[in-house]
Amino acid sequence: MRYLPLSPSDRAEMLAKIGVDHIDDLFKDVPKSALLKEPVDLPLHMSEMQVDRDFRALAEKNIPAGSHPFFCSAGAYRHYVPSTVDHMIQRGEFLTAYTPYQPEISQGTLQTLFEFQTQVAQITGMDVANASMYDGSTACGEAVLMARRATRKKKAILSGSLHPQYIDVVKTATKYTDDVTVINPVETYFVDDLIAQIDDETSCVVVQNPDFFGNLQDFTALAEALHARKALLVVVVTEVVSLGAVRSPGSMGADIVVGEGQSIGNGLNFGGPYVGLLATRQKYVRTMPGRVCGETVDADGKRGYVLTLSTREQHIRREKATSNICTNAGLCTLAFTIHMTLLGEKGFRHLARLNHSKAVKLADKLSCVDGIQVLNDSFFNEFTISLPLNAAKVIESLADVEILGGVPLSRLYPNNEKLSNQMLVAVTETVTEDDMDRLVTELKELINAK
Amino acid sequence: MLNKQGRQTDIATASRLSAGATTTHSGNKGLEQDELLIYEIGDTQRCGVDLEEVGEFEDRLGGITRDNEIGLAGLSEPETMRHYTRLSRKNYAIDMGLYPLGSCTMKHNPRLNEKVARLPGLSDIHPLQPISTVQGALEVMDMLAHWLKTLTGMPAVAMSPKAGAHGELCGLMAIRSALDKRGENRSIVLAPESAHGTNPATATLCGYKVKSIPATEDGRVDLVALKAALGPDVAAIMLTNPNTCGLFERDVIEIADAVHEAGGYFYCDGANFNAIVGKVRPGDLGVDAMHINLHKTFSTPHGGGGPGAGPVVLSEALAPFAPVPYVIHGEEGFELVEHIAEDSDSFGRMTAFHGQMGMNIRALAFMMSHGADGLARVAEDSVLNANYIMASLEDVMTVSYPGPCMHECLFDDRFLAGTGVATLDFAKAMIDEGYHPMTMYFPLVVQGAMLIEPTESESKQSLDQFIGSLRHLVAEAKAGNKDLFSGAPYFAPLRRLDETLAARKPVLRWRKSE
Repeated sequence: MRYLPLSPSDRAEMLAKIGVDHIDDLFKDVPKSALLKEPVDLPLHMSEMQVDRDFRALAEKNIPAGSHPFFCSAGAYRHYVPSTVDHMIQRGEFLTAYTPYQPEISQGTLQTLFEFQTQVAQITGMDVANASMYDGSTACGEAVLMARRATRKKKAILSGSLHPQYIDVVKTATKYTDDVTVINPVETYFVDDLIAQIDDETSCVVVQNPDFFGNLQDFTALAEALHARKALLVVVVTEVVSLGAVRSPGSMGADIVVGEGQSIGNGLNFGGPYVGLLATRQKYVRTMPGRVCGETVDADGKRGYVLTLSTREQHIRREKATSNICTNAGLCTLAFTIHMTLLGEKGFRHLARLNHSKAVKLADKLSCVDGIQVLNDSFFNEFTISLPLNAAKVIESLADVEILGGVPLSRLYPNNEKLSNQMLVAVTETVTEDDMDRLVTELKELINAK
Repeated sequence: MLNKQGRQTDIATASRLSAGATTTHSGNKGLEQDELLIYEIGDTQRCGVDLEEVGEFEDRLGGITRDNEIGLAGLSEPETMRHYTRLSRKNYAIDMGLYPLGSCTMKHNPRLNEKVARLPGLSDIHPLQPISTVQGALEVMDMLAHWLKTLTGMPAVAMSPKAGAHGELCGLMAIRSALDKRGENRSIVLAPESAHGTNPATATLCGYKVKSIPATEDGRVDLVALKAALGPDVAAIMLTNPNTCGLFERDVIEIADAVHEAGGYFYCDGANFNAIVGKVRPGDLGVDAMHINLHKTFSTPHGGGGPGAGPVVLSEALAPFAPVPYVIHGEEGFELVEHIAEDSDSFGRMTAFHGQMGMNIRALAFMMSHGADGLARVAEDSVLNANYIMASLEDVMTVSYPGPCMHECLFDDRFLAGTGVATLDFAKAMIDEGYHPMTMYFPLVVQGAMLIEPTESESKQSLDQFIGSLRHLVAEAKAGNKDLFSGAPYFAPLRRLDETLAARKPVLRWRKSE
């Protein structure tokens, strides 16, 4: 077995040193009835080549996004990740290191986290960020719990245009705490409607920008109304590339910003692993969940970085911790940071503008098709269209002609009849003009064939 | 003078120190290179990507365009490469040496697993693509589920939890939902003193109060105290087995029976599954729910703190309460159940999409490579290695509980009594010997704990070297060579860091100096 270095004679020597005759003597504390006499009923070991071959066969059964014109989004986005990123995250010093609890021999990970936290704070327009959460949806759940700790109030109001799976995750996170979660219908997401719901029990309002349907809003008035009631504005961003073109949540008065960082540095990976972002104002730092990296000096006075403020965390505070999170998104934050460093201010803004310009182009093309309506007044790189046909069936038909055409809203709102003819369409820098034209042509044909 | 290989070395050692130079102009010391922050190297004008030009167009951003400078520093590609390569060299890693962190299972990360996880058919797929276009991905999830269920002897598994603590939450949620369905409002979760911090933190998130169960003198749950604590108000016990002292809970079946008899559930923290994988099935021990850290037992890389994955196996009693999504076998292939049917008892959804697919692939590749026979060998070798370390050090260090241990061995600081060297100092001196320290001050049940987990990845030669280093350090401590410890590490990229300063005046990001 290629991964196991001990030879039979090593094992014999070691057993002798320990003073037992047989390996099972070391398992003597296991109840006899529970110690297996034979291997479990699974295949035996395989060569590297054979395992490689089996996975290639499994991969063949999927249609990769890159092989077809591709327009899917809804919280996961296909961007081009520079080759440097994947090379670097596979360096063993990053890939095979543990959580940097021993700072003297973990400065690589720690300094990168410090850079990551700075980048996240900058793009969200906030003071500070933590060292990551599992993903955007769980970060959203944590934000609601954090708002309660910060305000000592229990009612969280969720906008109707928050990603429906994020809503479900918040519901789970607050299921057995005594929080009250107000879940709005999909139509209720305008600032004025949300302001009307704020009361003295409200801990926070959670909105998404761009929202699940792609719409953009200015939430400044909502932030002001919340602050007047000593409540917090939580802004969710699932497409972080938008922050290169759209005003930051911080500039609108957000108190907590959570996001899905997958778009930068990380592939689609069928939904995970991704990287959750969480940023906030300086005054709420000690109510934050998760690890945080901070600057300090070593015994010789040299600058260095350590994990800090750990008295908030489970390994110190146990049942009084701000969260139970331990493992986070380590390597995905590294990918994020390296990609963001390659982009820099100039590249990040350019990338955002490129995405938006392409989305505008496709929206214009689709608007010209009889029967298709673009429902958004504003958007970044994804928008909702309505069709004269069932959108889920359209997506299946498009897949048959080798186009991954978007996400039908029925996939996420199976019980909402009003949305059954609608779909989300996204355009990133990876989409070519030919891709767009093929989508438009095929949609026209499907509509005409009706 | 003879060198380590026994060769004569006659050349006088010419150190820079004897040449009169203690510093260099650059601040670097040969391969040890200082590295500034990207913000001190790059600027907002530099860029390491080329993107197609964007012509003029009318934006549709609804009047909320970002006009002010963000302040992001950019670097060209060669600068980026150099920056992160230099930083990487300041990390210790499993690829470089033994990583004896108890309870963390730092084992070899095979690169085959990285390779197959990057096949476009497995990595470049969107979570919401039509189900007909992702049959292979669902098959991977189904295969991994089958391996996990078979290895644990449990009938069901929830695949979406993103890490161990997330899995704990999933398991306790299922337990609480099952109790709700029975109309029982139990409020207490029992956990031994030696439990991981995530256990009580998770129980609190589920609205439970945690009651601590004391340990016996041999480092195991006190069965008498446990039975006394059981009652109609106890929802569950959270028990790590093998426990965090590295010992198998001999009474585990009796514990499970007692908990079940009192109407509660048995949550097993599976962090230490590596010791028993392929040898013992938790299902045979009466476990109702157990998370499996794929980043421990099944070797998905720790990546400097994540990502992990924490699927949870569930007993027949808890299976109906599992979260969405899950894979089922349909008429036309695999189907993914993403929504909760009206008549379902599922407690909800733990994360957007379907969990840590990238980690699932790596873990499955690890399992298939080992097979049923190899996985049992993993458990045996990891236990053998830990016992070998214990046997080789017990005459100079103080073993907390008599063996045999499982995959990790626990020492405490009694052997350092009177030396003026604390556990922390001892551990930092290990850095100078070229090792990552062991887990320190955990579990909390012994004084100055040192928990050593070598894993099955270490050769006998590697273990002997490690043992040699520790024996040397013990001798130095006993000889009164205190400075060797109190000032350690001397040979790391940085000396000991001021953690108090970091916490008192937190600087959590770079800012432009005024």
